Amino acid sequence: MKNAIGREIPESIPGYQTPILFAGAFNTKPGMNRQAPCVKAIRPSETKLTDSLEAVFKKIPITDGMTLSFHHHFRNGDGVVNMVLAVAAKLGLKNLKVALSSVFPVHAPLVDHMKNGVVTALDTNYMSGPVAQAISRGVLEKPVVLRTHGGRARAIECGQLKIDVAFIAAPAADDYGNINGVQGPTACGSLGYAIPDAEYADNVVAVTDYLVEYPLTPVSIPQTRVDYVVKVDCIGDPKGIVSGTTRITKDPVGLKIAETAANVIKAAGLIKEGFSFQTGAGGASLATAHFVRKMMEKENISGSFALGGITGYMVEMLEKGLFKKLMDVQGFDLEAIRSIAANPNHMEISANFYASPFNNGCAVNKLDAVILGATEIDTDFNVNVVTGSDGVIMGGSGGHADAAAGAKVTIVVANLLRGRLPIIVEQVLTATTPGETIDVLVTERGVAVNPRRPELRDKLLAAGITVKDIKELKSIAESIAGAPDKLVTGQRVVAIVEYRDGTVIDVVRQLED
Amino acid sequence: MELRRSMLFIPGNSPGMLQNGGVFGADAVILDLEDAVAPNEKDAARILVAHALNNVDYGASEKVVRINPLDTFGHEDIKAIVPCEPGALMVPKVQTAEDIKKVVELVAAAERTGQKAVKIVALLETPQGIHEAYNIAKADQRVVALALGAEDYTAALGAKRTKEGTEIFTVRSMIVNAASAAGIQSIDTPFTDANDEEGLLQDTIVAKQFGFKGKMAINPRQVDVIHGVYNPSDTDIEWAQQVIEALRKAEAEGSGVASLNGKMVDAPIVSRAHNIIFLAQLLGLRKEIE
Repeated sequence: MKNAIGREIPESIPGYQTPILFAGAFNTKPGMNRQAPCVKAIRPSETKLTDSLEAVFKKIPITDGMTLSFHHHFRNGDGVVNMVLAVAAKLGLKNLKVALSSVFPVHAPLVDHMKNGVVTALDTNYMSGPVAQAISRGVLEKPVVLRTHGGRARAIECGQLKIDVAFIAAPAADDYGNINGVQGPTACGSLGYAIPDAEYADNVVAVTDYLVEYPLTPVSIPQTRVDYVVKVDCIGDPKGIVSGTTRITKDPVGLKIAETAANVIKAAGLIKEGFSFQTGAGGASLATAHFVRKMMEKENISGSFALGGITGYMVEMLEKGLFKKLMDVQGFDLEAIRSIAANPNHMEISANFYASPFNNGCAVNKLDAVILGATEIDTDFNVNVVTGSDGVIMGGSGGHADAAAGAKVTIVVANLLRGRLPIIVEQVLTATTPGETIDVLVTERGVAVNPRRPELRDKLLAAGITVKDIKELKSIAESIAGAPDKLVTGQRVVAIVEYRDGTVIDVVRQLED
Repeated sequence: MELRRSMLFIPGNSPGMLQNGGVFGADAVILDLEDAVAPNEKDAARILVAHALNNVDYGASEKVVRINPLDTFGHEDIKAIVPCEPGALMVPKVQTAEDIKKVVELVAAAERTGQKAVKIVALLETPQGIHEAYNIAKADQRVVALALGAEDYTAALGAKRTKEGTEIFTVRSMIVNAASAAGIQSIDTPFTDANDEEGLLQDTIVAKQFGFKGKMAINPRQVDVIHGVYNPSDTDIEWAQQVIEALRKAEAEGSGVASLNGKMVDAPIVSRAHNIIFLAQLLGLRKEIE
């Protein structure tokens, strides 16, 4: 079966529900009620503080086949996933599903749990490192479900991702289960991605190494949703959680791309009072913020908000009055943590608030402009951020497809050549974000505007920006590097790429060795 | 007249930079075989630069190659590079007109039949070279610009190089004047702190004020700042249009003398106005200019 962007989706995929085909970014409507977790009661004398994770496993009790969820705010410094799964393995549990919002190299022990049958299903929004490589080579029988950040929040809320036990790595907690992310040795800032888990899981366990006197303030996840609190020695490595500061790239090509992207935003007429913006923390994305900032300063403009993963650079813009608010679903560095803890205009938002398509309005819908990356983009503007040129899973949508759908102008910034490979292809290996939600591609060798946006193209031309056809950019890249051979994959589906509304936008097939 | 507002150095031993050199919009790229390349890498860089000249699209940027001095690797550089049709060679440490004549001889010998003549930019970076500036500028038709290399020059003097550039005040004047007397362009020394945008801006304003036609850049990030200084501003363009208009009006009225805001519009003013309009049109800054 072919979906709305022409991707071939099998009619049935073993280990996955009957696929609902992607039908366009806004064409699938929900028809259900929210799922409800079980209602609990607790006597005044009862304590939530539990001696060990093992004790929690027995009290709940956690049994074969259950779904355990985790957040990824500790990124590559996370200690909780490995700790919890080691207990599961020790207790001889089998067939668990791990719902971890993003998987990092630190989660390598998960590969052995998969081989041993402790974990037989994975649900995530992003993965890199040994787990991603093992999945690409078919370590799991069931396909992994790859979601967007907003899609995960939606799936939890709609009961499609039913969580039995949410283990919340808690930088600070009290003995009655109030949690925040801004205190303690492993402070990570916002706990945005953990909030849907805490709201909808049947059982919620706070795992902390920083237990404070009751009541903890401020509260990100409240005691009313938490069943158990476990104090352990260490929940993560701060070095893997945050970088000291995120810096603007010095790479001249990255800067050239960033400056062009900023010019595109200006040409689109968005640099004005109330401007709202989202950008990533890396390379050309963050550098675009730098050039946008210069424009805002020059024209004495103050924006309404910046959204998404927040860096020190955005904090500086908030503090200088260039943005009135920050909406923070995830902090990237120490400055972001310092700010969210102290500044009432720097607000913590949940994944649901940030990006879920099935609620009464998420924050991405209010974005003027978003800057996104791509590992591949095709001549129909569909973007791949899941698989690399070798076909191995090396990422995931995260908030990519969400922000692209929400923002008025979505700009993909990318080097026309990545290493020795052209970034523009006839057809992406894996479609993550549909072309209809991408407006402009900015490379160091030119700008292409989606033909679906002729009015935007006119604005760029009027501002003196040279606009090329994306096919022309593709042939420029190929004249330098040649056209790459098409990658041949096997047939078995190792991952389902769900669009934010839960439809199947693409599948990832197993690599043949 | 060719624009050389910015001449951007690209290290000749960096494949990535050579490949991307054309994307920054510099008026010229200088593919560098001299200071950027260690002696034991000269051969490899020469092959790389020759290949880049043949295969990389530098867009509107003029392709200039900085060769080594003749007493080191210059002969081999000329032999390998000239047939690849660079727009110009930048010859470093030029001391006398004789140096240029030697280079010209070698270049002429290396050129293929039918090849467009390779131009020469003379880089003056020694006290003697500065002293001989006019003779160097007049040494051959191929010489299209004198460029100042202030780092080596001040080192030779034993003067401390500063951001303010007091120590190069005189040589800047000398080079601009020599080049102008010979009817060729003058290019200012690069500003070497790539992270100091404000410093670059001030230094470029000074260079333009001296009369330099452009400035060398050691980092792609410097190109836009330099262009920002050299491009005519909206006020410049407006003024130039008014001058031309006043001239037309005077002609229409049969008056021999045009005036603008009570001041006489004489030949130097007209010439300056024409230059501004020419540059603005060339750069597409004002589409409505007739």
